[in-house]
Amino acid sequence: MKLSKSILAAGVGIAALASASLAHAEPTAEVLHWWTSGGEAKAVAALKKDFEEHGGKWQDSPVAGGAGDAAMTVLRSRVLSGDAPSAVQLKGPAIQEWAEQGALANLNDVAKKEKWDEVIPQRIQEIMKYKGDYVAVPVNIHRVNWIWSNPELLAKVGATEGPKTWAEFNTLADKLKAAGITPLAHGGQPWQDATIFETVVLGMGGPEFFQKALIDLDEDALKSDTMKNVFDEMRKIRGYVDPDFPGRDWNLATAMVMNGKAAMQIMGDWAKGEFLAAGKVPGKDFLCSATPADNGNGFLFNTDSFAMFKVDGEDKIEGQKLLAELIVGKKFQKTFNLLKGSIPARTGVSLDDFDDCAKKSAADMAADEKTGGFLPSMAHGMALPGHLSGAIVDVVTAHFNSDMTSDEAMNRLVEAIELAKD
Amino acid sequence: MGASSSTESNLMASLQRNLSKIVVAPSFAASLFFVYGFIIWTAWMAFSKSRMMPVYDWAGLRQYERLWQMERWHVAIENLLIFGGLFIVICLFLGCLLAVLLDQRIRAEGVLRTVFLYPMALSFIVTGTVWKWILNPGLGLEKMMHDLGWATFKFDWLVNSDFAIYTVVIAAVWQASGFIMAMFLAALRGVDQDIIRAAYMDGASLPRIYFGIIIPSIRPVFLSAIVVLAHLAVKSFDLVIALTGGGPGYSSDLPATFMYTMAFQRNQLGISAASAMMMLATVMAIIVPYLYSELRGGKKNG
Repeated sequence: MKLSKSILAAGVGIAALASASLAHAEPTAEVLHWWTSGGEAKAVAALKKDFEEHGGKWQDSPVAGGAGDAAMTVLRSRVLSGDAPSAVQLKGPAIQEWAEQGALANLNDVAKKEKWDEVIPQRIQEIMKYKGDYVAVPVNIHRVNWIWSNPELLAKVGATEGPKTWAEFNTLADKLKAAGITPLAHGGQPWQDATIFETVVLGMGGPEFFQKALIDLDEDALKSDTMKNVFDEMRKIRGYVDPDFPGRDWNLATAMVMNGKAAMQIMGDWAKGEFLAAGKVPGKDFLCSATPADNGNGFLFNTDSFAMFKVDGEDKIEGQKLLAELIVGKKFQKTFNLLKGSIPARTGVSLDDFDDCAKKSAADMAADEKTGGFLPSMAHGMALPGHLSGAIVDVVTAHFNSDMTSDEAMNRLVEAIELAKD
Repeated sequence: MGASSSTESNLMASLQRNLSKIVVAPSFAASLFFVYGFIIWTAWMAFSKSRMMPVYDWAGLRQYERLWQMERWHVAIENLLIFGGLFIVICLFLGCLLAVLLDQRIRAEGVLRTVFLYPMALSFIVTGTVWKWILNPGLGLEKMMHDLGWATFKFDWLVNSDFAIYTVVIAAVWQASGFIMAMFLAALRGVDQDIIRAAYMDGASLPRIYFGIIIPSIRPVFLSAIVVLAHLAVKSFDLVIALTGGGPGYSSDLPATFMYTMAFQRNQLGISAASAMMMLATVMAIIVPYLYSELRGGKKNG
């Protein structure tokens, strides 16, 4: 009896081994990400389902915490020990930094087959490519420069839509303030200060100036009169927020607009998710408008993407290719972006099911792409590598939270960038 | 048979002789590697050009130069001086005062001692979060006063970049002074009662007994308390993260939060390693003289 049991166990073991070696051929992908809550978690689940329906084996490696800081620490140690995950949620210039280390895989055959060059916007292609080769795939496009406003409060001072120029913004904010309404809901965290800053740079200077100042880091632009006006405007905006703003999370600021405690918020379209989740209707309960533009329209984008790391083994390489194909595919782009509140990072996806703000976002993007106004966001790590954008954010937040003069802020900006560069 | 039993007893004897060393060896090896090994590695990183990944190109003192040119580092150091100084002084004063008051053989001593000591059982994250709510002008103390009708009451340190660091002091003092009290209380109880009685006989007043006899005789406890508080101050991280998040702006940054930002958010491993070495140097400056005096003192006594 005992003998037959052990024979049985051995048989089961061999069967398990056999099935394991059979399973070896199925495309496998380990995905490292930090989308662990709310709409983001649902969006990842959608990708997983899609991947498994195509015969893939999905290994989930979620690392929550610190808006990705924790995941990056895990990634560093995994790569150093020679055991990189197949796909990692990475964005902006971080992709280039990893590619420079020689850690990323080449996706050119998938790109060619799926005609990525034709469907992905040029500016986003540049971020996904390293020396002309695709190494990462985009999943969405968030627009950063939105103003979300409460129509009821705007109506109290006779306004029906968001301001078109910064002068209009100031007049409107002064009126609101005089009426006893907090004009701007804002959370005093460095990245939120930087979000306002970059929309002011884009609005007052125009797309060309934004490119020079915050992407090329041209010293003349950083010390120009326009930049001085930008810092002056930041000082004004400081007067339009309520006194309790420091440390507030962005979603609480969004709630202030929703609950009629403040009239407007400058924030990317992830804020829309908060309105929609509360059952609010765009155009009726809340308004979305592009941030003021004095010098030509612009669209600051924040794109999430997955970078594909070099992996060993046929099953893993196949899995990686399948994953890349599915991520850029129309089906995933639609489901994911409906859940996340962003718009697809490719053309050819029907927008019928999307809300009005997303439709406006897509229309503006198409228009701004032609005029050169489609630009990567600095505050959200799309335009510059971490050490440079960090240096800028430091100065912006120090200026916003103190009584530093605009001239001093400009000097510090140039110094901080120089220091971070070498 | 006889031979094997004698080797066995030999083995047993040598095992017994070296048992303590064998038991300690793994933890010794582990701390040698994980503590001192990584200190050396960090020191090395601080001389390298490392950014996102550790690299070993020699950069000399360049990372230290960059560190000291950064405005944010100066803010962090200044905050450490303010925070560390006030935290140590206030904790010592309050701890000592509470211990002396509790030492008066009062009735509810057990309860009071527990009340004062409990904050120490909380994690700094909890302390930080609670004080964040209390000190937030729109949520806590200020709002409560306004609701009670005191409309001019103003306490906005948490959201004021010039005063945010002082809120960290308040929360840290609240947490640690009970522990210091316990240290002092134990020492006070250890003072020889005969001397005190003798002083009473001589007609010395109570304050005079405390200042003249008891406090001087518990001097070593002051030193221990200072060392405990000083290293708490230097490594302070979670409290700031929970309470102010380093803000407004970066006005309440401390060296530890600075180091975290540089290493994990800015891809500046070199600068971050340099700042870690500066922190180590600060702690050494406090600990080494202490250890030196302790060890020397030990010899003298022995």
